Amino acid sequence: MTEAGRPTIAPALEMRGITKRYPGVVANDRIDLEVRPGEIHALLGENGAGKTTLMNVLYGLARPDEGQILLDGQPVTIAGPSDAIARGINMVHQHFMLVPVLTVADNILLGEETMANPVFLDRREAHRRIVELGRRFGFEIDPEAKVGSLSVGWQQRVEILKALYRRARILVLDEPTAVLTPQETEEIFAVLRRLAAEGQSIVFISHKLYEVLEIADRITVIRRGRVVGERRPAETNEDDLAEMMVGREVQLTVDRGESHVAGPVLEVSGLHVRDDRGNEVVRGVDLEVRAGEILGIAGVAGNGQDELVEAIIGLRRPWSGGVTLGGRDVTGHSPRQMNEDAVAYVPADRHRFGLVLGFPLSDNLVLTSYYRRPYARGVIRDDQAIIRDAEGSVERFDIRTPGVTVKASTLSGGNQQKAIVAREFDRDLKLLVLDQPTRGLDVGSIEFIHRQIIAKRDVGTAVLLVSAELDEVLEMSDRIAVMYRGRIVRILDGRSADKNEVGILMATGGEERATAPGITEATA
Amino acid sequence: MSAATGARPPFSAARLARSAWSVVALPLVSILLSFVVGAAIILVSQLLVPNQRFDWALPITAYHALITGAFGSFDGLVATLVATAPLIFGGLSVALGFKAGLFNIGAQGQFLVGALGSVYIGVIISGAPSVVAIPLAVLAAIAAGALWGFIPGILKAWSGAHEVVTTIMLNYVAVAFLAAAVSGPLKVPGSPAPVTYDVGNAAFPVFLGRTGHLGILLALVFVALIWWLLYRTTWGFEIRTVGANPDAARYAGMHPRVVTVFTMTGCGVLAGLAGSSVLLGVTHTMTSSFGTTVGFDSISVALLARSNPIGIIFAAILFGAMRAGAPLMQIQAQIPVELVDVLQATILLFLVASPVLRRLFRLRGVQSGLGSTETIARTYGGEATVR
Repeated sequence: MTEAGRPTIAPALEMRGITKRYPGVVANDRIDLEVRPGEIHALLGENGAGKTTLMNVLYGLARPDEGQILLDGQPVTIAGPSDAIARGINMVHQHFMLVPVLTVADNILLGEETMANPVFLDRREAHRRIVELGRRFGFEIDPEAKVGSLSVGWQQRVEILKALYRRARILVLDEPTAVLTPQETEEIFAVLRRLAAEGQSIVFISHKLYEVLEIADRITVIRRGRVVGERRPAETNEDDLAEMMVGREVQLTVDRGESHVAGPVLEVSGLHVRDDRGNEVVRGVDLEVRAGEILGIAGVAGNGQDELVEAIIGLRRPWSGGVTLGGRDVTGHSPRQMNEDAVAYVPADRHRFGLVLGFPLSDNLVLTSYYRRPYARGVIRDDQAIIRDAEGSVERFDIRTPGVTVKASTLSGGNQQKAIVAREFDRDLKLLVLDQPTRGLDVGSIEFIHRQIIAKRDVGTAVLLVSAELDEVLEMSDRIAVMYRGRIVRILDGRSADKNEVGILMATGGEERATAPGITEATA
Repeated sequence: MSAATGARPPFSAARLARSAWSVVALPLVSILLSFVVGAAIILVSQLLVPNQRFDWALPITAYHALITGAFGSFDGLVATLVATAPLIFGGLSVALGFKAGLFNIGAQGQFLVGALGSVYIGVIISGAPSVVAIPLAVLAAIAAGALWGFIPGILKAWSGAHEVVTTIMLNYVAVAFLAAAVSGPLKVPGSPAPVTYDVGNAAFPVFLGRTGHLGILLALVFVALIWWLLYRTTWGFEIRTVGANPDAARYAGMHPRVVTVFTMTGCGVLAGLAGSSVLLGVTHTMTSSFGTTVGFDSISVALLARSNPIGIIFAAILFGAMRAGAPLMQIQAQIPVELVDVLQATILLFLVASPVLRRLFRLRGVQSGLGSTETIARTYGGEATVR
């Protein structure tokens, strides 16, 4: 409180010298964080930098080994999440904790019931408060709407409303924009600004630099469990923040260079695909990916992209329509056949599909080629060849691991993904299919994988890139196909495409120009 | 970047001991605890017997007799090995299933039909020279067991019928089948009891003591064979991949359904061999009471060994020794042989409750055997439960 020019009121939240050790790692090393009333304070760091641990400490999920938490200047001990909520600390998780079949009001009341008497809920009072809170912060919501029928952006608002209903004073948002379109992001930012203006303190966790610069009043950057600096948006920029976050200079945008496009490699025509429940989720897709180009598919998650890719790669049988590879019909070919035809696939869910976590890294590196020479002669495995080539891959793809015989589960997400990339990229390919190739990875790994993708394109491989990260699609693609409700609604040039235009297409399919935000069930 | 080139950590005896301990700690603790529970039961049960002096040392007497009976003499040792052989086969059968994410509760049924196949062919060719008769009788067991494993395998691959359900059903079918065969077509005509003819020359030769038969060696050969199959062949890699992550297996171009059918068939073969090792090695004939509980004990053996083929040898010896030592325990301490069932069941209970044990005894998770426990957990509730 000695610093001149600072308001005399105590910070709403102060974390002093928080240290949290886990066996073998110091997740938080003497972290200081101060959030003033009405401030939006961004916590910026890569995955694994210690953001989540710090918030778990704040939320009472982890007990710090050292350090102190002060609320309004008073030292407190937070016993657990319910204690944290009682003290006005609320968290909006990246994956919403909502019950889709219940109404907005039911979800908000869950765990914080407003009672008319000891037996019955006071629904009328609850409704009144929900509507009033919504109105106060600029989003009116129908308390009787089913949460499952709301768009992701509105579901997030329900989460925020839940916190406000519990009289939150400090609101923690963990990667809130990860699932939103650019428009939805703008809308949620407006809500956050309004909350801050009303005196709410907000901790905004993110690894997206431009967002942090746009929304935050102050930015605390942490790296490897330590605070490496604090900045105001006015006194910094993306490059500066990236360098602080990663610890070295990083190239934020890939230099994709010129593409040399040749003839078509993959042709998809009139493809219809159903999901596991029998719903038609790909509804007549026509696509062409040419040699030496990256075709990016932009779309909000769940618009049929995964099923489209699975049908191309042979994991899912198309309902109707055709897939050709270099002019040859490969509709319904198995993953093994596609693999033999020089098609590689990086699946969206690396834990479910891409790796066998309990197996050694070396076995994972031959997961799709274990039956071929030199890894097997007949049915007999050649462990020496497997290990030798694994060591080569580790070297060339910079997979950080104590050895090739450690389990894949012990590697970090970035290194797991590099292992998949090493396995799938390390041969001559006609077609490379990538589904969310950098989801959840650190900046360094993303940079590396992007460069590998560009390198593949430059040797004439056709690349199909699906990503929910619009920025990734915009940065990488030579052409962009926007997918909406199982159809490709528009194909744009990758260099001239405008982010907002793509965002609107993603959200509406381009059918209604006026962007009515909120309830998605507008068009059939 | 020397750290990334896969340099092995330097050898250290302490490190080796620690990793060995992390593998065997849980089974050992389970075994010890089950003996403690057994001792408590022995003590309490004395109160139920009227006019008997309470003997604090009775558990010690009983366990001493159990161990002496199993290991105290050459004959006892051979009896232990004879009881161990079918448990090794059975344990391998269940373990192979676990590796592919399948819970083969049907080892008992496969065991019975295997024995039935052996006795059927064995009786027919009982007069032929042993070099011909033995292989044929063993092949009959393999074929019968294979069929009993193939059926649940194909049902699962085709219709998704869960193997836990179908193999339990087939156990009942096998029991009924055996009873019908022994009291009908295979029965010695005119015999008052339902019993078959002797397998004669198809019987396993004895090479150790008075009862140590060929089946013991055969079991060890199969341990090596299954280990080799699982860890040195691409088939084994496919089996383990399907078991550990069926989605990744499909992605990798494997065919989980085909692997399921093959693996279940293999499980049946192994359990069928367990049947032949009892029939051709010990009983030589079949009665309607043929059976014991080898197939069910095999599940415990596989769990205790964490599905590790080498571990199965030790787990099977433990269970075999209890069976072999129990009669002496009954004679010397008047404790019924059924105590052995109680001990085996409690071992299983403690293993299944392993999270509780780990917490109580501060045992760290096994680093090398993770796959098998995950697989087991997955087979209980179908593939959708884990992650």
